[in-house]
Amino acid sequence: MTTAAATTIKARQRPGDRIFSSATVISGSLILAMLAAVAIFLLVESLPAFVAAPEDFSGDVTNFWSYVGPLVFGTIYSAILALLMAVPVAIGIALFISHFAPRKLAQGLGYLVDLLAAVPSVVFGLWGIGVLAPLVQPFYTTIVEWFGWFTPFAGPVSGTGRTIFTVSIVLAVMILPIITAICREIFLQTPLLHEEAALALGATRWEMIRMAVLPFGLPGIISASMLGLGRALGETMAVAMVLSPSPEVIFQLLTAQNSNTIAANIALNFPEAHGVGVNILLATGLILFVVTLLVNMLARVIINSRKAFSGAN
Amino acid sequence: MSSVLEAAPLTNSLTAGKLPRRSSLWVLLASWAVSAAFFTMLYLSGAVDGFNIVGTAVFGTVLYCVAIYVLSRLVEGSRKAKDRLMTALVTAAFVIALLPLISIIYTTVVNGLPAFLTPTFFTSSQRNVVGAGGGVLHAITGTLLVTGVATLISVPIGLLTSIYLVEYGRGRLARSITFFVDVMTGIPSIVAGLFAFALFALLFNDPGVRFGFGGSIALSVLMIPVVVRSSEEMLKLVPNELREAAFALGVPKWLTILKVVLPTSIAGIVTGVMLSIARVIGETAPLLIIAGFTSSMNYDLFSERMMTLPVFVYTQYANQGADSQAYIDRAWAGALTLILIVMLLNGLARLIAHWFSPKLGR
Repeated sequence: MTTAAATTIKARQRPGDRIFSSATVISGSLILAMLAAVAIFLLVESLPAFVAAPEDFSGDVTNFWSYVGPLVFGTIYSAILALLMAVPVAIGIALFISHFAPRKLAQGLGYLVDLLAAVPSVVFGLWGIGVLAPLVQPFYTTIVEWFGWFTPFAGPVSGTGRTIFTVSIVLAVMILPIITAICREIFLQTPLLHEEAALALGATRWEMIRMAVLPFGLPGIISASMLGLGRALGETMAVAMVLSPSPEVIFQLLTAQNSNTIAANIALNFPEAHGVGVNILLATGLILFVVTLLVNMLARVIINSRKAFSGAN
Repeated sequence: MSSVLEAAPLTNSLTAGKLPRRSSLWVLLASWAVSAAFFTMLYLSGAVDGFNIVGTAVFGTVLYCVAIYVLSRLVEGSRKAKDRLMTALVTAAFVIALLPLISIIYTTVVNGLPAFLTPTFFTSSQRNVVGAGGGVLHAITGTLLVTGVATLISVPIGLLTSIYLVEYGRGRLARSITFFVDVMTGIPSIVAGLFAFALFALLFNDPGVRFGFGGSIALSVLMIPVVVRSSEEMLKLVPNELREAAFALGVPKWLTILKVVLPTSIAGIVTGVMLSIARVIGETAPLLIIAGFTSSMNYDLFSERMMTLPVFVYTQYANQGADSQAYIDRAWAGALTLILIVMLLNGLARLIAHWFSPKLGR
């Protein structure tokens, strides 16, 4: 009897349990395998591009790196511009929903912003060309007239408004919902005692937000911005439709010549590509994949490190 | 304003040095009125043609920010003034976000309705159509097939993974799956399309491979992480007491999950799946890459190019024919159809969540 008590009781292993649990493990591992497969297949298919002959590239580009350089520049330039526009507005919206709007309305207003995320990117593209570009073009003319001495605003102004600046506005609108959603979550997690303590000391609502909410939410804001950056880097159709591209590095924001982005370049050229051209486009896609993967991983690491010590969950 | 302070000595220390109630509302209306008057004068003097309503709103709001800051600073002091200014700015940020949404929905409806209401729009394809006429039947068929198969692939994998993460997963594998699922939600959609293309181009040794099933694979790469995340959240909401009660009755773990955990959370899971469908049904780039485009019907996922609704919108816009207005009209009508489908899915998902969500008494 005494020896039997020392052994631990083991649950009986039923076939159903084994099958079910291994099915879940397999599908979980399948996801990791899938991510690895994305990287491997893209890498294999893009290898010919790195050694492609100069005549495989259009224009006076001679090797892969000088082909992809302006594209990388355009991708990062437009994404960062979009981020600069979107983050302040997104923080404002998130604060409005979490701390300013009447409690009963707040959730409904949140849905309203989420609706923006439901609009397909191709519709954003149509809207960008049909509505936004003609709307902002007169402003561009004025800006170039008044501030043309400042390099990013130098002329000649685009007659259609289809510039990288317009693209950044569209991208900013598209990444607003995700940044807002994460900021809102984080702001709502601010310990109530911190907020009440600030208010009890006589702080106004804005002072309370600056002393309690924003410092608490800072890592969340940073990672939300990085997730937004990831979205903006990979956004395809809106850029492909709105931008009037040219294969150079161009800092001017308002001219008819703009650096293209990787994703838009693929979408524009892929249907007609053949031979090594396909591999070249796949290789640019691989670079986009690596860049967004790094940005996203960094963002997730920041979010997860916050989870550990916030005590809010 | 400072004379007001001196003229009214501290009769009540709680209300002294404060702007009257609703003063911000009145200041807002006043600044809009001033701005409207200014733009009316511009209009009447003939400097601009037409009354600029956008300019009125923007200029009036800026005027309000300045006016309320100055007024409040004079009466209430700088701290209160800053508070009022920030309140105005934060509210303005929210309104700014709504403007594109309203503008997009308005222009899509206005531009899309003419072609949307033509009788052939939902009954014919684009085969042999040059100029006006034709429809989106082939694109809608393609979208339903491609998205349907993507859902059939994603839901089992996603659901089983979320069950693993909530019910079984401990240790390193679970942690890395959680991390990489999060990372996968950020994969650009076009990379998913390129992956599907690279995969099938190597498998079939065909550098120009295009078919609908590849689109389903690309979409499921985008869809699985969303399904995993949402189902995981829902499974976590199931109270542990239910599981413990089942175990106490001697029910095996897999039956507990199938008969207790899943039925409890099924409404939330269905909501998550519908939201994920709504997310991928509007994806254009991956389908442009791997499914290609065509103007004919194609019911076969495994051979030949297949048109889908988002790609239809894009190609109608990008490859305009002689009668370009007809193509642009069809693009907007396609966009309207797409938005209606996505909104319908979103609305249904929210309604299901609202009606069937477990009442946890929180």
